[in-house]
Amino acid sequence: MTNVMEVYNLLPKTNCKECGKSTCMAFAVDLLARKVKVDDCSPIKNENQYIENYQKLTDLFKTSDDVSEAGLIVHEEKCTGCGNCVVACPVNVSHDPKGVALGKAPKSNKVILRVIDGVVKSSNVHECRRFGEEKILCNACIVTCPNKAIEFV
Amino acid sequence: MVIFLRNKYSVCPGCSLLCDDIEIEMKGTEIDKANNACIKGVSRIKDTKKLESKIDGNEVNQDEAIFKAAELLQNANNPLIFGLDNSTTEAQLEAIKLAKLISATIDDNSSFCQGPIVNAILKNELKTCTLDDVRDYADVLVFWGADPSNSHPRLNSKYAYYPRGKERQRGWDEDRTAIAIDVRESSSSVLCKDNFYQIPPRSDGELMTALSSAFSGKMPKVSFDIETQRILKLSNILKKAKYGVIFAGLGLTYSQTGIETIKNFLTELNTYSNFHLIPMVGHYNMRGFNQALYNETGYVNRVKFVKNESGNLDIKHGLQYSVLEQLNNKEPDTVLIIGTDPFTSMPHSVAKKLKEVPTIIIDPCETLTEKIADVVIRSAKSGIECGGNAIRIDGTCVELVPIINSGCLCDEHIICKIMEEI
Repeated sequence: MTNVMEVYNLLPKTNCKECGKSTCMAFAVDLLARKVKVDDCSPIKNENQYIENYQKLTDLFKTSDDVSEAGLIVHEEKCTGCGNCVVACPVNVSHDPKGVALGKAPKSNKVILRVIDGVVKSSNVHECRRFGEEKILCNACIVTCPNKAIEFV
Repeated sequence: MVIFLRNKYSVCPGCSLLCDDIEIEMKGTEIDKANNACIKGVSRIKDTKKLESKIDGNEVNQDEAIFKAAELLQNANNPLIFGLDNSTTEAQLEAIKLAKLISATIDDNSSFCQGPIVNAILKNELKTCTLDDVRDYADVLVFWGADPSNSHPRLNSKYAYYPRGKERQRGWDEDRTAIAIDVRESSSSVLCKDNFYQIPPRSDGELMTALSSAFSGKMPKVSFDIETQRILKLSNILKKAKYGVIFAGLGLTYSQTGIETIKNFLTELNTYSNFHLIPMVGHYNMRGFNQALYNETGYVNRVKFVKNESGNLDIKHGLQYSVLEQLNNKEPDTVLIIGTDPFTSMPHSVAKKLKEVPTIIIDPCETLTEKIADVVIRSAKSGIECGGNAIRIDGTCVELVPIINSGCLCDEHIICKIMEEI
């Protein structure tokens, strides 16, 4: 997992304030929280001396088609559809106390994870505890997966 | 093809959990998606490829194959009926009738699987419980020689570790403790984290003895490399359990020559605690076969029906009537295999003996064994193309409702037709 110092070290560290932030460290924190984009830092984007770091940061925050807004990736080739993550997810439990909370089929459309045709699929990811400003590093779906098929970026 | 009007949920015949919350999505007359089922269940439910019956490798119609099978069985002096663990209870009962009619030996996969444990449970010698009890009450789960993440993928999510139950409302991380005891790390043992106990092969009995010593306050001793503190910690968790369940896998069953050690351990444990045992039966209706044969004969497997001089049936039972001994000793002169594949489940040295005897197969799927079979009769897939009842891993009866009607005859009707021909 990328940490804030790693991001900061790749930035120009000039505190030029062109991005609207008071320091490069503040920009790094917001970049990590996905509140700003790498391109919002004009020196790193436009000046040749930072070209290598620009490339590294762009790779670091590259969005993939497989990644949900909350950063959830399901490696479908590893998933066996056991449904451990579906039942262990605290959001699923609170939204569907008479369905997935009891290990049964989902009875609510608000669940984040459900097993479709033998593979777990995500939906309503904005409900995930890892999403939004108040996010927390919940890992219930990761630690309950016997095949390490779920990860967050 | 007719699509049945059915309840919202279907039952999955992928393994002996018989998950009853499967949502089927149809695309025309084909099954498009099987939601909530694991990958094992999906592959079983969606594989509805239609195959033809065969005689000597040549495709024939089903009636011809049934007639040929009846002829072979009628002329046999010592026929063997094997399999039935993937058939409905109704088909199993018909197969027992057929075995009586032709004085056959009848056996199933439990003969070299969980037969001894199921036998003890049916005789009330081992304390057991239902999976619904596990979900509602169990606080300590022991996966002993078992890897449910691979063999029964939904066990932990549907019944054992993760769901909330009546007295287990606070979630898996607070309310339940899962323990794995195995000879190697597995997909299930990683879920148990620090409560995974790796032991050498065949040392399960030694660990049980050490735990029994620890229960009574003595210092546990084992010959293999494991810290005494860890055994004491395990014995404490077991002793303090309010409602414990041991899921006995094949690893545990195969490590013992009998099940006396397991019985004694459970009795000793239950003087301090409240433990139950559930055998990790693989095939979806193996317990159904054991139950059906037990009701008819008093034995769960390895039975031979013999007509005595007065015309009545004698029931013989023993190791010599197990499918492995029968084939090894080349005793059967015709073998009827129903819904199982000896070439994938038995040692090749035993399975290859099938080449030397006329072999009849009743199966909806293409199997390795059919390459050497004289007659192959294609049947409907039970639970998908035909209905019936089956017994779950915990002894609960579950009704299978067909999803589609392919027009194929089910095992039960094929066996009835063979009996009519005979």
